[in-house]
Amino acid sequence: MRYLFKTDYRQDMKLWRHRGDLFWYGLLVVVLLLIPRMLGEFYIGELGGVFIFAIAGVGLMLLAGYTGLISLGNAAFLGIGAYTNSVLLARGVPFLITLPVSGLFTAVFGAAIGLPTLRMSGLYLAIATLSFGSIVGTVFQKWDAVTGGFDGFAVPTPYIFGVPIEGANGIYYLSLAVLIFVLWLSANILRTPLGRAMVAIRDSEVSAQSMGIHLARYKTFAFAISAGMTGLAGALFAHYVRFLAPDAFDVLLSVQFVTIVFVGGLGSLHGAVLGAIFVRLLPQAIAIMRDELPFGIGRMPGLEPSLFGLVLVFVILFEPGGMYGRWIKVKHWFQAYPLKRRTAFRRQKSYARSERLR
Amino acid sequence: MSIFAANEIAIRFGGIRAVDAVSFEVNQGEVFSIIGPNGAGKTTIFNLISRIYQPSAGRLFFQDHDITDVPAYRIAGLGIARTFQNIELFANATLLQNLLIGRHCHSTVGVLSQLVFLPAVRREELKHREKAEEVIAFLGLERYRDTLIANLPYGVRKVVELGRALCIEPKLLLLDEPSSGLNVEETEGMGFWIEDIKKDLGITVIMVEHDMNLVRMVSDRVMALNYGKVIALGTPDEVQNHPEVVRAYIGGEA
Amino acid sequence: MEGAARLLQLVVNGAAAGCIYGLIALGFVLIYKATEMVNFAQGDIMMLGGFVAFSLIAHFGLNYWVGAFLAIMIIAAFGFALDAVILRRVIGQPQFAVVMLTLGLGFIFRAYAGITWGYDSVGFETPFTNKTINLGGLVLGQDNVSIIVGTVLLCGVLYVFFSRTRLGIAMQASSQNQLAAYYMGIPVRTVFSLIWAISAGVAAVAGILLSPVSMIDVNMGFLGIKAFAAAVLGGFGSIPGALIGGVLIGIVEQLAGYFLPAGFQEVTSNVVLLATLILRPQGLFAEGLGKRV
Repeated sequence: MRYLFKTDYRQDMKLWRHRGDLFWYGLLVVVLLLIPRMLGEFYIGELGGVFIFAIAGVGLMLLAGYTGLISLGNAAFLGIGAYTNSVLLARGVPFLITLPVSGLFTAVFGAAIGLPTLRMSGLYLAIATLSFGSIVGTVFQKWDAVTGGFDGFAVPTPYIFGVPIEGANGIYYLSLAVLIFVLWLSANILRTPLGRAMVAIRDSEVSAQSMGIHLARYKTFAFAISAGMTGLAGALFAHYVRFLAPDAFDVLLSVQFVTIVFVGGLGSLHGAVLGAIFVRLLPQAIAIMRDELPFGIGRMPGLEPSLFGLVLVFVILFEPGGMYGRWIKVKHWFQAYPLKRRTAFRRQKSYARSERLR
Repeated sequence: MSIFAANEIAIRFGGIRAVDAVSFEVNQGEVFSIIGPNGAGKTTIFNLISRIYQPSAGRLFFQDHDITDVPAYRIAGLGIARTFQNIELFANATLLQNLLIGRHCHSTVGVLSQLVFLPAVRREELKHREKAEEVIAFLGLERYRDTLIANLPYGVRKVVELGRALCIEPKLLLLDEPSSGLNVEETEGMGFWIEDIKKDLGITVIMVEHDMNLVRMVSDRVMALNYGKVIALGTPDEVQNHPEVVRAYIGGEA
Repeated sequence: MEGAARLLQLVVNGAAAGCIYGLIALGFVLIYKATEMVNFAQGDIMMLGGFVAFSLIAHFGLNYWVGAFLAIMIIAAFGFALDAVILRRVIGQPQFAVVMLTLGLGFIFRAYAGITWGYDSVGFETPFTNKTINLGGLVLGQDNVSIIVGTVLLCGVLYVFFSRTRLGIAMQASSQNQLAAYYMGIPVRTVFSLIWAISAGVAAVAGILLSPVSMIDVNMGFLGIKAFAAAVLGGFGSIPGALIGGVLIGIVEQLAGYFLPAGFQEVTSNVVLLATLILRPQGLFAEGLGKRV
């Protein structure tokens, strides 16, 4: 079992805890870069989708997991990013500009949503974001002069320095790059006063204020960065699906994002990625096993949402730490063997904390 | 020399006058205690000073500046820190992170610099870490440095509350019932720390307290409240023997 | 008088729809007041209520009133079991977790309903289908009137229950202060499960009342989102508020559909919701609470 000796304050600020971490992350990146040579186009396409959802997951994780602001409307941000990117590309703006612009434009929207919701907490915020998502979805449908409405919008191929980014490989590498960028930004946020302020707001708004944290500013920022990252994911999503339809950005997609954050493990960046893997691969797993399931369950419509529901219920009841939480427990078991204690991760009995009196 | 003054402050909640025309001054470097039965309005006064509540009348002065209309998040920057009666720590963060959040008001780097973690941000982080470590050393919290607050015992959490307030490097420290929930030894320890804060760090302390031993041990002056009004103000002995105070705590003759 | 009659028609239709929203919102508020959980699956419980009634009345041929009563009891028992088995375990977790849990449960209910009853709309014979009533020259559908009358009756019963019976007062006590209720010997956990049972029963009533007006189908529960708007408008802690909020939204929706261009009606409830949250977040009948630190 490894014991971490700390001899320098800088160790706590680094992005990796020790040389071993650096090695494993590095190996992971190398493997990811080489995968397209090994697997077929279908799998590469799927992995590209996983990366895109992971980016959106990181966005929501910062907002919900770290700042404690529940959003059931993040699909709207994905849509805004997707449409902004596609519409600008169709007007001839180069991709290297439309991508960051989509992110920034969506971030502005996020800040705009953050402002009126500053005093809302928990439940009301969830309802407000749900409503907002609904309204934006309707706008996508009705504003067909720009978005093409129900006829859909064909997404033009992006070009970077004259090279077309298309096909599963192109989307894969592009999404991977953006994911790494977004993870780096998030890790930076978390080791600076910015991230600590967000965590403070989640745990106790009153004492956060007494520590000098301007609630309105940081909540707005959290919304902006979350929306911005989701907007980037949206721009990539547009190229992933190649044809935008307004009803893709509905409340069910927002629920998928929340499932990513929950199942992955609330409050950890790893959780966002793990959750995205789960949420994207579950439908594939169902599709593969469809004919093998007994009682004709596989042929049932509505199987997918019900499985999502089942997973949500089980995760919340039995493993609130999500996949990352379970991974930590497993790792700990291996590291501490045979000295592990049964009560190492026992959940303490907790009492209902009233959110009415915040 | 007066560092803080409250001038006829009052606040009403519906029909209840929680604080009614209270005036007092606190001198630089002294320990000023506020006592009174439960519901007398002591914590409400703290909430007024740290601007969580808005007074319905009266004005507050800190270092001769009128702070009655300053928003709550600017109070820390002015140099006023407070602890909370029911411990408002950040439960899902480690002790060190809690203390570092206490350093927030001294942060000078902008949002964009933090997003890319410029070297200036790194330098500032080191500086904040050093200051937080000073507080950890002062309070003897080294062994709990990386423990989640949720896993710490109550007595330690009280000390962390104090530490987080000290990280603000305040000129005025508001302690809300620092000894509640602590046993005799821990209370004595708290008393020694308050004395150290006064003598070594030169911080002025306003303390709400029920434990009269602690009050007598550390206070320079005491103010007694009842039903939101001031009923006595003076040295600990004067106030303790004041007939009004006795009546408020024990009850008077029929 | 043509315009006035038309307007009155819209108001009655709106009030009827609003009563349904109000009943679902009532279910939300009951559970929220007691346990601070919000049951995002309330609309889906209404859907299950409608389907169970359908099975009992159309499939097994029971009399309408008997079938309705049985359906309500079954769903109430289901609500009780839901709390006792599942929801009780998540006490102490943040509110977000409960929201997601009930959302997940909603998915499961919908899938179950799809398997058991299929994805087509169904309906059953009620004493009010396709009948009208003539009130002073105004012709109203009996189904709409039955919704309004049924809601009023139900609320009357609930009011008497909560304020006059021992169990009702025990429920109020448990809502306001769990610890004190425990000290007074009230079995708080059982009481909460009973509150869930009542809430589920109310949802079942809504489903049954709604069936003559709009058919029962798997996605009926999406009305729940409009019921949110109702609960928020009324003030989430207020029982009469939930109903009044619902009726107001129902009426505003109908008027919007008539006066505003096409497509605006569907966003009405969302707009009202957002406006309330921004302008007057405590709703019309608020409980003012603040934290004492």
